[in-house]
Amino acid sequence: MSTGLGGGGPSPFVQRVRKALADESLHVALGRATAQLQSRRAHAFASLDDADVVRAHARAGKLAALRTLDVQLEAFERRLVENGTTVHWARDAEEACATIVAIAQSRGCRRAVKGKSMATEEVELNGALQAAGIEVVESDLGEYVVQLDHDRPSHIILPILHRTREQVGRIFERELAVDYTPDPATLARIARERLRERFLAADLGITGANFGVVESGTLCIVSNEGNVRMSTSLPRVHVALLGIDKLVPTLADLDAALKVLARSATGQKSTVYVSLVNGPRRSVAEEGPEEVHVVLLDHRRTRTLAGETAEMLACIRCGACLNACPVFQQIGGHAYGSIYPGPMGSVLTPTMRGLAEFEQLPQASSLCGACKEVCPIGIDLPRMLLALRRESVATLPIAPSLRAAMRLWSFVMTRPRWLRLARRLARAWASRFASNGWLRRLPGPFAGWTAHRDARLPVAPSFDEWWAARERTERGAPR
Amino acid sequence: MSAPLPRVVQLFPTCLVNELLPEVAIAAVERLERAGLRVEVPAGLTCCGQPAWNAGFAAEAKAVARRTLAILAATQGPIVIPSGSCGDMLIHQMVELFRDEPKAVAQARVIASRCVELTALLATLPAVSTPGGSMAAAAPSAPLAASGAQKRLRVAYHPSCHLTRGLGVREAPLELLRATPGVELVPLDRSEECCGFGGLFSVKQPDLSGAMLDAKCRALEASGAEVVASCDAGCLLHLAGGLRRRGATMRACHVVELLRRDEP
Repeated sequence: MSTGLGGGGPSPFVQRVRKALADESLHVALGRATAQLQSRRAHAFASLDDADVVRAHARAGKLAALRTLDVQLEAFERRLVENGTTVHWARDAEEACATIVAIAQSRGCRRAVKGKSMATEEVELNGALQAAGIEVVESDLGEYVVQLDHDRPSHIILPILHRTREQVGRIFERELAVDYTPDPATLARIARERLRERFLAADLGITGANFGVVESGTLCIVSNEGNVRMSTSLPRVHVALLGIDKLVPTLADLDAALKVLARSATGQKSTVYVSLVNGPRRSVAEEGPEEVHVVLLDHRRTRTLAGETAEMLACIRCGACLNACPVFQQIGGHAYGSIYPGPMGSVLTPTMRGLAEFEQLPQASSLCGACKEVCPIGIDLPRMLLALRRESVATLPIAPSLRAAMRLWSFVMTRPRWLRLARRLARAWASRFASNGWLRRLPGPFAGWTAHRDARLPVAPSFDEWWAARERTERGAPR
Repeated sequence: MSAPLPRVVQLFPTCLVNELLPEVAIAAVERLERAGLRVEVPAGLTCCGQPAWNAGFAAEAKAVARRTLAILAATQGPIVIPSGSCGDMLIHQMVELFRDEPKAVAQARVIASRCVELTALLATLPAVSTPGGSMAAAAPSAPLAASGAQKRLRVAYHPSCHLTRGLGVREAPLELLRATPGVELVPLDRSEECCGFGGLFSVKQPDLSGAMLDAKCRALEASGAEVVASCDAGCLLHLAGGLRRRGATMRACHVVELLRRDEP
């Protein structure tokens, strides 16, 4: 921490924040994109009759699946197997990667195309595949640019939210040896041509899944570019990696969830493609892959289910909370140091990767509640950020000066006499330094405040002093 | 004269208002009394516990909150709170804070049901048509009061987060300002976006908080307002401090301070 409340120099998080705040082109890109996404979202919900009912249905479906998750997962597995799908279970990131690499190797797959998937980002699958000698190409346009640029996605829906079209043009020029152009349509055409070759050559398609429907054993994957359909139908093997939190009990629940997902994510009434995968092709005469594998990923989700942040597992990864978050709007996704940024990431990342390393994320919120307001599932994100802050205080070595300050505050606030003494001291001190009731610089732990704002000083008389004086006057001379 | 006995309300000045913005509580007293209410200020109130609760220090928050609940429980009538986030603490967060203590939760629920944010209450009271005489004179300073010449003051309203999204109080402050002849409300771009205060957040993450404050100040300056009004002491101190630092002439004040501008 940089504030004197903690020890040492600025944390990596604070350094990333400063870097982001100083990045002008990032600021422009973020401002434009988040404003547009927010207004599109608002319009899209305005076009939905009974939006509150649909949201409540979507929430109920997700929570119903979580409440009986063990039973739901077993039922889902049974349906998948009935559909001819092979089911694998992965406890953590390593197991997930090892499982998928093993599937690829045992089937002799060498060339993979991927649909956009946060779960595969979460387990860092690309690195594992490449280490095993399997070529992997991202087929979502944004992810494709990220991959070309050896970058990381900065938003769970729009991976290159942090890039301007000019920057994308330069990346294409450099990595694909094409003439520079900032024209999105031309850039998309170039990517399509390149990707088409990869689709036709691929023997392995890898996707995530937005939902797993328990009653039918269906994987639902949404996309806008058709790349998911290609990834799930052209290669002879399809592997889908999904967190165990992705279940909805019924197709009716799926319907409600899809209605709020597209509206929340991109302001669409529906995504351009909604792929429903019900296992491999039944005969050689049919289209589709010969084999479908589903890898169900835990990665601390079971542990989360038992804790204070369990509701976070109902998240459908729409990204609306990112767009609405005034902190995300300032710093973008990379500053969070995790593929899950913004409010949802500030809850998910510490629960998945450890609070000790990501203690600052739950702190990086003014608790303004904009995230909770736009969440289509109504997840109470501020409540969970508070729970994680309490966990920090209870389990981590918080700066002794902060601990002492809170104890002192509590002591004084429960003893009005001490409060009056503190007030007198503050006034005496302030009278030496203040101009017109305001200070330009505060000492010690409060220096953070005066880094950006003047500080108001205790006013004499305080309200309770004014009130006491008035009471005395009135008793002396009744109105 | 057989005026009906005034209803009694308890004013919880809150720590920030009491120490740093006493003019807000004074204006609240004046306004409530003009509406015919008798105002009491429970002795010994300090803070609701919010700073510690929001920082994750539950034990420290409990110590302060427990005392506050006990003091309030010994009083009667509505508890008026001139700050949105303190209102949210009393109305929503106390129950969460004491969730492992059934007795304290029960007490917190009763207190929560008695709490009302200042402007939410004022908006339900009959319009005050006559100036309050002695009370107005009792205020030590009334820098924003109309001086007789009816120049309309251009006011931008900043809806603070806990007031709007926490308590759901969206229209009341606007209604009060619209009904005040001396006030001209000007629109504020992205008004519901946080100003970046967030309690200890502003001290622990000063760069982030400062960037959010800058965005808010730019919107305020673009609005052409002379005054920014809000209903939360934290936001007001943050906005006022930020505007001063930028060298802006715009002042920040609580909505209740502007309601004096209906006086002739």
